[in-house]
Amino acid sequence: MSEEIKLPGSLNTDARIDSWLALDAAGIVNIFTGKVEFGQGVMTAVAQVGAEELDVALERVRIKTADTGATVDEKLTAGSGSIEESGTSIRFAAAAARAILMDKAAAALDVPRDTLIVEDGTVKSPATNRQVTYWDLMGGQKFDAEVTPATKPKSPADYRIVGKAAPRLDIPAKVFGGRAFIQDMEVAGLLHGRVVFPPSYGAKLKSADLEVAKKIAGVVEVVRDGNFLGIVAESEAAAVKARDVLAAACTWEETAQYPDEDNLYDWMMSQECEDTVVEGGIPVDKPIPEIVTPADAAHTVEAIYARPFQSHASIGPSAGMAQWDGDRLTVWAHSQGIYPLRAALACAFDMPKEKIRCIHAENAGVYGHNGADDAAMDAAMLARAVPGRPVRVQWMRDDEFKWEPYGSGMVMALQASVNKAGDIIDWNFDVWSNAHAGRPRAKKETAGFIACWHRENATPAPEPVDNNGKDGGAHRGARPYYDFPKTRIAKHFVKPHPFRVSSLRALGTFGNIFATESMLDELAHEAGLDLVEFRLRHLKDARARAVVEKVAAMAGWDPKKWGKGKGQGIAFNRYKNSKCYAAVVFNVEVDEATGVIKTPKAFIAADAGLSINPDGVANQLEGGLIQAASWTMKEAVRFDPVRITSVDWETYPILTFREVPEIETFVFQRVTEKAMGVGEATQGPTPAAIANGVFAAAGVRLREIPFTPERVKRMMAEAKAAR
Amino acid sequence: MSEQFKLTINGKSHTVSADADTPLLYVLRNDVGLVSPKYGCGQEQCGACNVLIDGEKAFSCSVSVKDAAGKQVTTLEGLGTPEQPHPIQAAFIAEQAAQCGYCTSGLIIATKALLDKNPNPDMDAIRVGLQDNLCRCGAHSRVFRAVRRAARELAG
Repeated sequence: MSEEIKLPGSLNTDARIDSWLALDAAGIVNIFTGKVEFGQGVMTAVAQVGAEELDVALERVRIKTADTGATVDEKLTAGSGSIEESGTSIRFAAAAARAILMDKAAAALDVPRDTLIVEDGTVKSPATNRQVTYWDLMGGQKFDAEVTPATKPKSPADYRIVGKAAPRLDIPAKVFGGRAFIQDMEVAGLLHGRVVFPPSYGAKLKSADLEVAKKIAGVVEVVRDGNFLGIVAESEAAAVKARDVLAAACTWEETAQYPDEDNLYDWMMSQECEDTVVEGGIPVDKPIPEIVTPADAAHTVEAIYARPFQSHASIGPSAGMAQWDGDRLTVWAHSQGIYPLRAALACAFDMPKEKIRCIHAENAGVYGHNGADDAAMDAAMLARAVPGRPVRVQWMRDDEFKWEPYGSGMVMALQASVNKAGDIIDWNFDVWSNAHAGRPRAKKETAGFIACWHRENATPAPEPVDNNGKDGGAHRGARPYYDFPKTRIAKHFVKPHPFRVSSLRALGTFGNIFATESMLDELAHEAGLDLVEFRLRHLKDARARAVVEKVAAMAGWDPKKWGKGKGQGIAFNRYKNSKCYAAVVFNVEVDEATGVIKTPKAFIAADAGLSINPDGVANQLEGGLIQAASWTMKEAVRFDPVRITSVDWETYPILTFREVPEIETFVFQRVTEKAMGVGEATQGPTPAAIANGVFAAAGVRLREIPFTPERVKRMMAEAKAAR
Repeated sequence: MSEQFKLTINGKSHTVSADADTPLLYVLRNDVGLVSPKYGCGQEQCGACNVLIDGEKAFSCSVSVKDAAGKQVTTLEGLGTPEQPHPIQAAFIAEQAAQCGYCTSGLIIATKALLDKNPNPDMDAIRVGLQDNLCRCGAHSRVFRAVRRAARELAG
């Protein structure tokens, strides 16, 4: 048996049952996941999975999330992979644990194993009327056994907990003022830190009067390390005050560095690019073929779509906490990847990673890679000045907007043709983008944290690299899920990176599905075909068809029923071409006088296979839709030649409670299908459904995000003038 | 210069020592140990720090400890407990009206301020009542349901 046995989920990293769960405290099931909670409900879902396999009440389960001192290395919590990776691992580990427990119970009760039943962790022998609990059987011991290929979990037909709505375990603390977040943690001897960032990328500190900050009561240390400046204080208020005072006492040398904001997309398309052809979702290094319009094309449409650079814009700015004890470093972070963070910190401080412990602590939602890792590094930088004491850093609002890594701007140029019968016969898709990845690296020459750019022994930002894996980064969502006979997908990776970029929820999908689903509408209108029927005729996959048909039925799809200024738009995607199916409809109203778009109602139909917690699934789908609607209608990172000018919620507005749609959601529950992550499923179709709805309502085609009133008004005036 | 201030928070009296211009937010979180109000923006733009001052919704990031002294301050902790939840808290749990939950405290406080003035708000009034609070995760439609549920419960 030389061949490696492939276990499901993350079990190939660690197959020991004890790495995933413990019954060491009476009446309690402790479950360890290497994934992290940021409001997406992963803790509750994995608790449901563990409770189900072990036949215990959900209330008995306690979840411990990522900690390099306590949980398996499950790498990143990203790409909607937690349920498939961690959920599956816990499912099999719990099943293996249950099998051991049943053997022990059969021996203890002296009855055959198959006569036993389990009720909430108590194994009962109905024949002898005797019983024993899991905890008595274990006696505080470990399982000391591994999951094997023979481990057999429950049949989904027997599920009682999985597949039913479960209240989220983390919500009560957040509703009653519990210490739920990293900012709330009570730690003995805690000091508060703040960073004084440069005013712009690459700015050099010409002078700084550290003394003015030192004079402020409560300030313990003022740290300067090259262009890295920070405060450590006894109180948070003192740290904030000193941060502002020190910022005002610095002079910086800045340079003009950004392209012209008004010509961003032309700039991107004219830069040096790494060109690849995307085949089966994978970028391949070969010449991009010419576009050849088929001879039997009845209608051909060409269009260019664009999305700007956008911010994660977490409501709670990034935070981190760190403490040095001799040569050991402990870091609390809301990072998506606790083990990768540790590896990068080890490089940044040139120390063995075994001397670092990284523990996950929750912050506000991150929606990808925001400033979490950088803030953890900042805390470690500042804590060096006060050995033995923990320092907590929270970025201020403008720090967050100016220094977080953005989701990349993208340009999508499409040309597609339909024949006389109304079938799409040719599909050409070219996408220009910066990287959708930019996490810290385990490299001494460039660990990638902002503090590494700024400190005395500066290391530069890593050379940006996109994820070139299957349906990876900028090209995620670029290949159509529809059955088109001929497609030509090209990825133009724009080499110059004016901004710091990294993973923003759904990566390239947001731009690519916006373009794909808008173009489908444009073609259908050109060919005079119904928008739903046009999609269905190109979709063979029955599950894909089902979500499109369902959402149309829910929305009462009928393009003829709307009066002037009102309409509906529809769009579909299968995330990563292999994950959750989602179709959405937006009811749209356009005010011609003001250009304001209203979206009073939206509908979602989705299929994520087995939905472990259907209410959690709906919550994620709805949240994704509203966030994507906000990106679509409002959001763009603003800049002048020297500085980022989006610095607060006025200069980077997001959708408000006055503006969000009410949502109706339907999720197909398919218990025998594989569970698929849902956090990024509605991000793609949302912008297209809104754009298509605007076209239906007002006859203008919005191809550039965000759909601000100024843009809508201008386009409506242009359309009027052209008539 | 540190001064002493007498604050009444959730019905209890506290004496704190702070600079007069210290934002109430930091006093609540770090001196009094009530962590429900969150730092979000420091500019009255997001509502994560909302508390009630003499029954009115206020941004604790922008109210100084000096200005709060002598007034009745209410935070989320003052509404209810897991054992005895306020109907608004119970409604937020029943509707699972949160994702990350960072904005939740501010939203519950804003809901309290809204329902105290208008016990039976229609959708437009709910939208206006929550318009100073931002939610980035997109839990809005659940929050709407929670506010409507709370209004029903409070009406008995």
